Amino acid sequence: MNDIWYGILQAFQLIYTLDQDLIDISVRSLQVTLSALVISSLFALPLAAVLAVKRFKFRRFIIALLNALMGLPPVVVGLIVYILLSRSGPFGVLDLLYTTAAMVIAQIVIITPLITSIAHQSLRELWSEYHDLLISMNTSHIQRIKTLLWDARRALLTASLAGFGRAIGEVGAIMIVGGNIDNATRVLTTAIALETSKGDFALALALGFVLILIAIALNLATHWLSKTEREGRW
Amino acid sequence: MFPLIAENLVVEFNGKHILGPLDLTVNKGDISLILGPNGSGKTTLLKSLHGIMKLKRGSIKWSCSDNSSMKKQMFVFQTPIMLRRSVFENLTYPLLLRKVSNSKAHRLATEWVEKIGLKEIMHISATRLSGGEKQKLALARALITEPEMLFLDEPSASLDGKTTVEIENLLKSCTKNGTTIMMSTHDIGQAKRLAKNILFLNKGILESNQLTETFFLEPTSPNAQKFITGEIVE
Repeated sequence: MNDIWYGILQAFQLIYTLDQDLIDISVRSLQVTLSALVISSLFALPLAAVLAVKRFKFRRFIIALLNALMGLPPVVVGLIVYILLSRSGPFGVLDLLYTTAAMVIAQIVIITPLITSIAHQSLRELWSEYHDLLISMNTSHIQRIKTLLWDARRALLTASLAGFGRAIGEVGAIMIVGGNIDNATRVLTTAIALETSKGDFALALALGFVLILIAIALNLATHWLSKTEREGRW
Repeated sequence: MFPLIAENLVVEFNGKHILGPLDLTVNKGDISLILGPNGSGKTTLLKSLHGIMKLKRGSIKWSCSDNSSMKKQMFVFQTPIMLRRSVFENLTYPLLLRKVSNSKAHRLATEWVEKIGLKEIMHISATRLSGGEKQKLALARALITEPEMLFLDEPSASLDGKTTVEIENLLKSCTKNGTTIMMSTHDIGQAKRLAKNILFLNKGILESNQLTETFFLEPTSPNAQKFITGEIVE
């Protein structure tokens, strides 16, 4: 128990003194996660809108598949991405393994189904509300999709925040494809795992607190957005 | 665009017969009100003529292409559908869909928001308006595009007398600009005030199509006679 208290005290000291290792790892973590989030959202949100608006063959299958992929084990994703990016894999020539790019790719694979599914739920509800109006206004599919994406932007931001939450806390996949290399691919979660195994609870706890702070900030942002939505402040 | 000719129109929903067979001609400048008991097919007739409901049999022909005719007609629903945008943005929306310039769309929306008495609250979300305000906004959003044909599905149902008068005044002003109107209502007084001719529907059958004066003096349908005198129509 004393170790934990000592660790907590040291953690506060590291945060208070803005320890360089702590800052580097935290910034890298945010860079990787935000990159994955932006790229994933660019795919996931329009895909969710298309699934809400258009009726086509295999649509239901795609929705069911995306829902199933929400629970995809990150370690398996890491393994598949590792095989694809390894020297003997189809994308080995790109030499991406053990880089932050590989970590971004793994996170994209993990969070895209999650963001698409949550966004699809919101857009489907909005589409059922708008359906008659937009049909009667003779809008094209593109106009409908643009309208839905714009009018549901708060809910879509919430969907993206959920993806961010999943990505920032992910450890299995990025450990495999990133390699947890110091000053290169080490991020908050992989550093916590490493420092814990070394018995350096102070840094591990400090990193943990940063992770918790980010998670709290994320939840507050989500709560604020949901509240404004309920109050009809668009 | 006119005349609109509907021939041998039949609509079914989930295998259940809803409307028809009926023939109907709508000429430019007509103000036709559809009367009939609940479930008589009033909404179905409006939606079919507007082109947002599939026909089982028959045809609806405008004297221009289908795509061109859809751009010249608007529909106001019984329960107004508000975009999750401000009052002002709800008004500019159909104009921007039609590639009207931003400056013209803003000028027209400013005129209309004043005309419907919502200038003071034009920047709040349209979803926060009262039922009457929503219906006025829905009507203004349709009229701002200067449609040649306007379909209205019981636009003043469950509204107070003052708002009903405001809506009727808006309709009268748009008929002066040559807009052709087809509207369903339960309000016999409203039919007398607005209609040039009245269609009486019962169980999906068009039982009479008469000028307003003759409809109320000498209805050709026994069920219409009952409806006018307030008896239950079986």
